[in-house]
Amino acid sequence: MTDTPAIELTGATKRFRTPSGALHTAVRDLDLTVAQGEFVAVVGPTGCGKSTTLTLVSGLEEPTEGEVRVYGEPVRGIDPKVGFVFQQDAVFPWRTVLSNVMAGPRFRGVPTAEARERARDWLGRVGLAAFEDRYPHQLSGGMRKRVALAQTFVNDPSILLMDEPFSALDVQTRALMSDQLLELWAGTGSSVVFVTHDLDEAIALADRVVVMTAGPATVKEVFTVDLPRPRTVEAVRLEPRFVELYREIWASLGEEVRITRERGAGRAA
Amino acid sequence: MPLETVRTEAGRAPAATTRTEARERAARNRRLGVHAARAGVLAAFLGLWEVCARADVIDPFNFSQPSRIWDQIWQWVSHGTAQGPLGEQIGYTLYEALSGWVIGVTGGVLLGIALGRVRFLADVFGPYIKVLNAIPRIVLAPIFLIWFGLGPASKVASAVVLVFFPVFFNAFQGAREVDRNLVANARILGADNRRVTLQVVIPAATTWIFTSLHVSFGFALIGAIVGEYIGATKGLGLLVAAAQGTFNAAGVYAAMTILAVVALLTEGLLTFAEKKLFRWKPADAGDGR
Repeated sequence: MTDTPAIELTGATKRFRTPSGALHTAVRDLDLTVAQGEFVAVVGPTGCGKSTTLTLVSGLEEPTEGEVRVYGEPVRGIDPKVGFVFQQDAVFPWRTVLSNVMAGPRFRGVPTAEARERARDWLGRVGLAAFEDRYPHQLSGGMRKRVALAQTFVNDPSILLMDEPFSALDVQTRALMSDQLLELWAGTGSSVVFVTHDLDEAIALADRVVVMTAGPATVKEVFTVDLPRPRTVEAVRLEPRFVELYREIWASLGEEVRITRERGAGRAA
Repeated sequence: MPLETVRTEAGRAPAATTRTEARERAARNRRLGVHAARAGVLAAFLGLWEVCARADVIDPFNFSQPSRIWDQIWQWVSHGTAQGPLGEQIGYTLYEALSGWVIGVTGGVLLGIALGRVRFLADVFGPYIKVLNAIPRIVLAPIFLIWFGLGPASKVASAVVLVFFPVFFNAFQGAREVDRNLVANARILGADNRRVTLQVVIPAATTWIFTSLHVSFGFALIGAIVGEYIGATKGLGLLVAAAQGTFNAAGVYAAMTILAVVALLTEGLLTFAEKKLFRWKPADAGDGR
C-alpha cells in the first residue's frame, strides 16, 4: 500500500446542455481527496450536483474541466475497480436474485460455476440465501437494495460509490441497511463516497463529512467525524459527540439548504 | 380443492372459513353470471338475425342468416370447397400469414433495436422509414401480385409490409426507452456494448415488442387475406372472393367466421407464450377489468 489517494478530484467542473439549449453547471471547481480505505459522506441541498460528482469518479461522465484521478491514474471510461450503488432500483427485473448477483462476474469473464459460488457467498452475507430463485418484483424494497449491495460487492470494488442508496427505504429499514453496509465494508478495506441528504446517516457512517454548497456544487467545508468504530447506527446517535457534530455541520449545511429553498421559491413565484 | 378445504378447517377459526368460502362462492357465481350473460348476448343476436331473416324483415339474399351460414360451414367441412378441402385453405392462409409475420417481426425487431441503439443509423434512416410508413400499405398488394404472381409469395410480401412497421416502431421505442439506470448499472458491473445490447436492451424492449406482436399477427392475417382476395389459387381470402362472385352471402360470412376463429386461436397461443416468457413481471393488477 502506498499513500496515493484512492480518489482525487482537482478543479473538476461539469456542465450539461439542458433540453432548452441553456448551459447548466452542475459541479464547479471541485477539489476533493479520498484516502484509501476512507469512508466519506457527501451532504448538500437537493439537486445541487452531488450525484454528478459520483458519475465523474465512476467514469460514466467526463468532467468538462479539471481532472479526476483514481489511484493516481486519470479516469478514462469505466474503471473496473469501481462499484456503484444507485438511488433507484437498478437490479435487472428479468433476472433472478442469484443471476443478478452473478451478472458482474459474468460480464467480467468469470466462469459460470465460480461466479455462482461467489454470488451465493455474498447472498449469504446479505441474508438472502433463501431467496436466490426469486425475481426482484417478489422482494421488498429493502431486500432489493440488499441484492444491489451484493451485486456491487461481489466484484470486490476498491472504490465504492453510493448515490443516496437508502433514500427510498423506510426509517427502520434504513437503519438496518446502514449497519449492514458498515459490516460489509469493514472486511473490504475499500474507499467509499456516500452521497446523502440525511445528515444523521452521514455522521453515523462516515470518517469525514463533506458539505456541498447550493448548486453548482463545490466543497464548502469538511468535517472529521471522530467517533470510534465499530459503530452501530442506533447507538452512535445517542452519543454526546454525535449531537455536537450534528449541530456544527448543520450550521454549515442549513445555510445552503436555505439558499436552495429561496431560489426554488423565487422560481415558483 | 377438497384437500385445501380440510386444511383451512383444521387451521383456522370456523368463522374465517365460512367467510372465505362465502367469498369464493360469490366470486364463482359472478364468473358464472358473466359467462351466462355473454352466451345470452350471442344467442339473442343470432336469434334476432335468424328471426328477422325468416320473417323477411331483412333480405336473406343480402344479409344471409345464421342457419345458412352454419350449413355453408358444414358443407365446406364435410364436402370441401370448390378450391379443395377446407383444411387446405386454412393451412394455406395460415402458412402465408405466419411466414409474413415471422419475416416482418424479425426484420422489425432487428432494425428497430439497431436504430434504437445506434444514433447514426436512426438519424440516416429515420426520415425514410417515416415516408414508407406514410404510404397506405394495403395498396401495395396489387403490386406484389404483379411482382410475385398468384402463389403464396405475393401474400407473404403484403403480410410482411403490414407487420414490419408496428413491430419496428415498438422495438425502436423499446430500445430507446430502456431505463438509464439499468444501462449505467450494467456498464459499471463490467458489461461492454454488445452485452448491454443483448442482456439489457433486448430484455427491456421485449415488453414493448410483445405488445406489437399481438396487433401484428392480426395484420399478417389481413395481409394474407387481402392478397388472396385480389388474386390467388388457394386460401380463405379466395373463398371470400369466390363466394362474393357467385352472390353467395352465406359463403362470405362463413369464411369470415372461420377467420375469426383462427385469429382467436393464434391470439390465445401468443398470450400463452407471453405468460411463459414474462415470469419476471409482476402479475397484472385487476386482470384487465
